[in-house]
Amino acid sequence: MLMFILRRILQTIPVIIGVTFVVFFIMQLVPGDPAVLLAGEGASKETIEAIREQLGLNQPLYIQYFEYLTNVFKGDLGVSLKNSQPVLDEILVRLPITIELAFFSIIITIVLGMAAGIISAVKPYSLTDVSVMLVALLGISLPSFWFGLMLMYFFSVKLQILPVAGWDSLLHVILPAITLGAGGAAIVARMTRSSMLEVIRQDYIRTARAKGLRERIIIYKHALRNALIPVITVVGLQFGALLGGTVLVESIFAINGLGRMIVDAIRMRDLPMVQGGVLFASLIFVVVNLFVDVFYRFFNKRIELN
Amino acid sequence: MNTTAEKNIILQVDRLKQYFPVKKDSIFKPKAYVKAVDDISFELFEGETLSIVGESGCGKSTTGRAILRLDEPTDGKVLYMGKNILTLNKKDMRKLRGDLQVIFQDPFASLNPRQMVKQILNEAMAIQNVVEKSKRKERMLELLGYVGLPPESLDRYPHEFSGGQRQRIGIARALAVNPKLIICDEAVSALDVSIQAQILNLLKKLQKQFKLTFLFISHDLSVVRHISDRVMVMYLGKVVEIAEKKEMFDSPLHPYTKALLSSIPVPDPTLKRDRVILKGDVPSPIDPPGGCRFHTRCPFAIEKCKQEEPPLRELVNNHFVSCHIAETLPV
Repeated sequence: MLMFILRRILQTIPVIIGVTFVVFFIMQLVPGDPAVLLAGEGASKETIEAIREQLGLNQPLYIQYFEYLTNVFKGDLGVSLKNSQPVLDEILVRLPITIELAFFSIIITIVLGMAAGIISAVKPYSLTDVSVMLVALLGISLPSFWFGLMLMYFFSVKLQILPVAGWDSLLHVILPAITLGAGGAAIVARMTRSSMLEVIRQDYIRTARAKGLRERIIIYKHALRNALIPVITVVGLQFGALLGGTVLVESIFAINGLGRMIVDAIRMRDLPMVQGGVLFASLIFVVVNLFVDVFYRFFNKRIELN
Repeated sequence: MNTTAEKNIILQVDRLKQYFPVKKDSIFKPKAYVKAVDDISFELFEGETLSIVGESGCGKSTTGRAILRLDEPTDGKVLYMGKNILTLNKKDMRKLRGDLQVIFQDPFASLNPRQMVKQILNEAMAIQNVVEKSKRKERMLELLGYVGLPPESLDRYPHEFSGGQRQRIGIARALAVNPKLIICDEAVSALDVSIQAQILNLLKKLQKQFKLTFLFISHDLSVVRHISDRVMVMYLGKVVEIAEKKEMFDSPLHPYTKALLSSIPVPDPTLKRDRVILKGDVPSPIDPPGGCRFHTRCPFAIEKCKQEEPPLRELVNNHFVSCHIAETLPV
């Protein structure tokens, strides 16, 4: 197990290098010269040239990339073009907010999704099942920006029981977390249902019934544990989608997280900030996947054999 | 085997029906059912092995499952020691499950892959509360001894065993609750022939040791011949013939049984045999033929067979057959 975790951690290194590569070169493809932008309108050619020299923008691309890479590993993500503050400092302020939002959202995804999936699977094709799956279908189909605004309208404007926007208390977390977690919950619900239905048909479930076990124990102890593996995979993947979703949700609810930072930076053409933000979002994804793999292995002892 | 009159009936199945609804193509069509088991009656005597044989789809496994209420039967009665178990409430049924156990065909599917052997065995004992907690470990080792597995098996997962060993675990699990009746649903069909023999002999040994009654469901006539006391043949959800094993194999009465028995391979290439080969396929159980269900494939069918359903009648002592013309058929 320890060897597996170690090997799995080593495997993330090339992935992270790959991420820096992609992040760096995508930024090169963005139209507009950062030196021109930085110098401002009407700046002289000399000024622009000087800035270019200063930022190393006149070097060949691969040298720029290696410089960028070494800096990244030293923890230097450059300075913001907007206010000349180190990018890393800004990210470290924003990151905890986004992680908190993602944490509550994924909890909603897991709890709501699995509960709905189990309820559906226990009585397949019943009215309950059909209704739950219909709601799940809606959950997948509704775009989060619209869903978020609707929640805001009903709970904050009409009922006035939850704050509209911002990030001060736990109450502020509820609406954004629901908005962000709902889509994932719907997918997890459908996955749990189909995985459970497959397992419930197995002979060892019949065996458990023949032993005289209570239905509740059969469902939770025998069926759910075996049905969980594909669900864990989906939850892991869902986390990636969730990070992407923070960009929208943080903008809607005016939360100063990593996602909103990236959006603002893109708007301002603050390239180092965008690079740093995307790099961190990718890192979170890589780490979460690492956890999913380890968890997966822990849950399915048979993977060890292969 | 001596006459059945002096033996105790442990299980009596009375007019059991198991219909499964079929998905409709159109809402205008009447609701259709697969008549998997259609009005069958038989009894099981204490300590005997009754085999149910027939082609796949004849309803033999469904019968086994309906008796255990793993699927709720549509109609009929199942009397265990004189008590109708189909009317028991959930709690009483759970209690009774200690007496009625089952061994399934696929030893890879019938054990929870996430439970160690000791958990599998312990759970069964805990639910039925047959052994007090402090003595369970001892009992588990005893069980492993009965089925010929080493004591260290307790701490292993099912995937660490071979097919035959897994089936032994399944048997140990069934035995854990001190059952009286075990339904073996194709219990050896998934195993190699050499392993089949081992498991069959093990079952026989355990039957003698614990005075078990077996309802043995199989499509393999050689296996049935090895293990049974009595044999019951099913076709399309109906019982066509019940007799003691020797009687059944020596002088089958129903044309279907005759065809079935003539299909057993004989390990002698020089032997010339008269094989009865049936034409056509088994008709659909959704809309089975009227009269005798076998008349569409029976080489001897007469007009009466198409009109009238033959009752199960005792033609020879303890030899029941459902055929209008059984007496007149060539031997």
